[in-house]
Amino acid sequence: MKRLRRSILYVPGNNPGMIRDAHIYGSDVILLDLEDSVAMTEKDAARFLVYNALKTLDFGGKEVAVRINGLDTDFGLKDLEAVVRAQPDVIRLPKTDSEQDVIACEKEIERIEAACGIPVGKTKMIAAIESAQGVLNAREIAHASKRLVGIALGAEDFTADLKTTRSADGIELLTARSMIVMAARSAGIDALDTVFSDVNDTEGFIKEAKLIKQLGFDGKSVINPSQIKPLHAVFTPTKDEIEKSLAIVEAMEEARKRGSGVVSMNGKMIDKPVLDRALHLLELAGATNALRSAMQ
Amino acid sequence: MKETDISSIPYINSLSGIKEPFRDGCRAMQKDIICLKERSAVHNKVLPSIEKAVEMCGLKDGMTISFHHHFRNGDYVLNMVMETIARMGIKDLTVAASSLAEIHDPLVGHIKSGVVKRIETSGMRSKLADAISRGLMDIPVTFRSHGGRAYAIESGQLKIDVAFLGAPSCDPYGNANGYSRDHDTGISCGSMGYAKLDALYADKVVIITDNIVPYPNAPFGIPESQVDYIVKVDAIGDPQGIMSGATRYTKNPKELLIAETTTEVIAASGYFYDGFSFQLGTGGASLATARFLREKMLEEKIKASFVLGGITGQVVKLHEEGLVKKLLDVQSFDLIAAESLKNNRFHQQIDASYYASPGNEGSAVNQLDVVVLSALEIDTDFNVNVLTGSDGVIRGAIGGHCDTAAGAGMAIVVAPLMRGRIPTIVKRLNTIVTPGKTIDVVVTDQGIAVNPQRPELYERLTKAGLHVRRIEELQESAERLAGCPEPVRYTDKVVGVVTYRDGSVIDLIYQIAE
Repeated sequence: MKRLRRSILYVPGNNPGMIRDAHIYGSDVILLDLEDSVAMTEKDAARFLVYNALKTLDFGGKEVAVRINGLDTDFGLKDLEAVVRAQPDVIRLPKTDSEQDVIACEKEIERIEAACGIPVGKTKMIAAIESAQGVLNAREIAHASKRLVGIALGAEDFTADLKTTRSADGIELLTARSMIVMAARSAGIDALDTVFSDVNDTEGFIKEAKLIKQLGFDGKSVINPSQIKPLHAVFTPTKDEIEKSLAIVEAMEEARKRGSGVVSMNGKMIDKPVLDRALHLLELAGATNALRSAMQ
Repeated sequence: MKETDISSIPYINSLSGIKEPFRDGCRAMQKDIICLKERSAVHNKVLPSIEKAVEMCGLKDGMTISFHHHFRNGDYVLNMVMETIARMGIKDLTVAASSLAEIHDPLVGHIKSGVVKRIETSGMRSKLADAISRGLMDIPVTFRSHGGRAYAIESGQLKIDVAFLGAPSCDPYGNANGYSRDHDTGISCGSMGYAKLDALYADKVVIITDNIVPYPNAPFGIPESQVDYIVKVDAIGDPQGIMSGATRYTKNPKELLIAETTTEVIAASGYFYDGFSFQLGTGGASLATARFLREKMLEEKIKASFVLGGITGQVVKLHEEGLVKKLLDVQSFDLIAAESLKNNRFHQQIDASYYASPGNEGSAVNQLDVVVLSALEIDTDFNVNVLTGSDGVIRGAIGGHCDTAAGAGMAIVVAPLMRGRIPTIVKRLNTIVTPGKTIDVVVTDQGIAVNPQRPELYERLTKAGLHVRRIEELQESAERLAGCPEPVRYTDKVVGVVTYRDGSVIDLIYQIAE
């Protein structure tokens, strides 16, 4: 089954206690950060810590990603050299402006994999888009590598680049978000949303989570464990939705037996797109245990 | 007519009014015809100084004096009294405090100078605890739980000669309370639960207050009938140290996770029904359980019949919302709780015996369905240590831990699997305070363990989809991360005797080897 990436928990790469405990909060992905949450003077220590954490800790079966520093910095390549050897599931590339950035990073990963006997292609990638140029190149970026499992929006740098600020309703991010979702869908990979920084504003967070789910995103980055549960709640299908989807699948199965591709249910036409949506919802429900509780 | 024989009724025949004019024993005393206001000022129990009170009580070398810990780390009373006693040259005393805090560090000096020979307490911290762990005293400290102390007092195992009890308000005859209804001076501790029992059983009782209010100071925590003397002083404590405005919920995500899991455990345990009762002990995760439990109670339309124990503002909120019918309060943890005791008619002040004495079948801990407790260490037999740290140094208090664990239908202990790099779940703990057979569930951030004695609980929790593991697995996963710590090294000198509720010895604390 496809891996869920509803929540990506940011963990500063220089905080051993937080790295050790990151898996207990139930996020789908743990993102060990070597980039913006680590001070310049801590970069080497964080790299060393993340390498050893990946080698020794049990992350409870979670997908583990590492955000490296950009390859245009003094740290990016060093990060890759260390981290790829420790075999995280995913490398997250920051500030991706073009497909060239992805290709360059992939080349380095491939070289390191080959050098240390890791099957080439094992390390997956997520590209974070954090500039106007990146958004405009989103489609090319999304298609740039087979390693990519998702593209993500980084809103802080993006809004700065746009010469605006983040607002409560996120109107300034609307175009970028939509373009990223479309680019991701065209490449068949995940669309991942940016962080919501006000940890105390649970209501605002849920509102934003509902918005990005409606836009088509698969998940969102979180900076505090308290945001994981409400986020998952937004992404968990309701009992009604599950029952409706089960009915649709059943009706289509009946129709298929009769040799028809279309069926009417409660006066509404059901065709392939409706069926696909129902199947996707059931897949999500299955992965979140919501299916089990709905069946009880 | 036959004459009635009243001589068989004790003392009755000594009355003298039957065939002659009535003369009572107090005949020498003139009737007091001055008004209440004047009388309160002239004839009362107020003494000019602590020194005078010590003298009047007849305190002598070798006696036992007691204090309460309702003023926590803001208490001035114990130090004030001890200084006076030291100045007066009295020696070899036993100090039986319901508990001791950092502010009581000056006791170290009184131990060195021979004023204090022995200590009984629920716990201690800071320099005093450090010095005692390093062998300061010749006689080991006796550690008693709140219920155990009550039982020791009731049964005569602990005889108090003089109790010095601080009170935020007191009238001239000794009706004392933990708050002031009128003439509030801003000092408040809410319930006087631990002081109440001392007042009832001590030979002499001295109330130390900064606030003498008009008679009668009703309702009261301690009645005048139990009080011998009153001393007014300038200050009895530091309001900041006595209690904070409101116990705030923790923001620590790990503690919140544990609190949330604990609520799920309660909800699935079979003890979550309309009319259930609970207590939440101190500690971030334990106290935060109130928040998640509230949501669950609202969601499932369940109300609690009572909450026991240290009462916090959060529990008061549940009470005022109608989710908890009654509050039984032996100790108020914050100002909101103290205010509630003053204003809510179903917020009842109770004493330590009512709370937790094992000598009383009806004691409130026995009526608990659920208690949530913290721990410093838990071993794989579910025994709990709340008294000594991983370095063997005393740094905690028993409180009502073993009392509530024994009384409650389900005792849950909450703790992170590790604190920093120190495992909490261990193969062998330093000091047993609460026996494992009274602990039913352990909730950590990395999973839940159910005592094998409770297979039905195990079944209910696993059926609810909770992450139940064997306690040995939890211990092993902590050991995998932290390694196996070197055992603490001790000398053979005993510095503390840990008693169980009935006064029996459950463990000994040894002097740490330097």
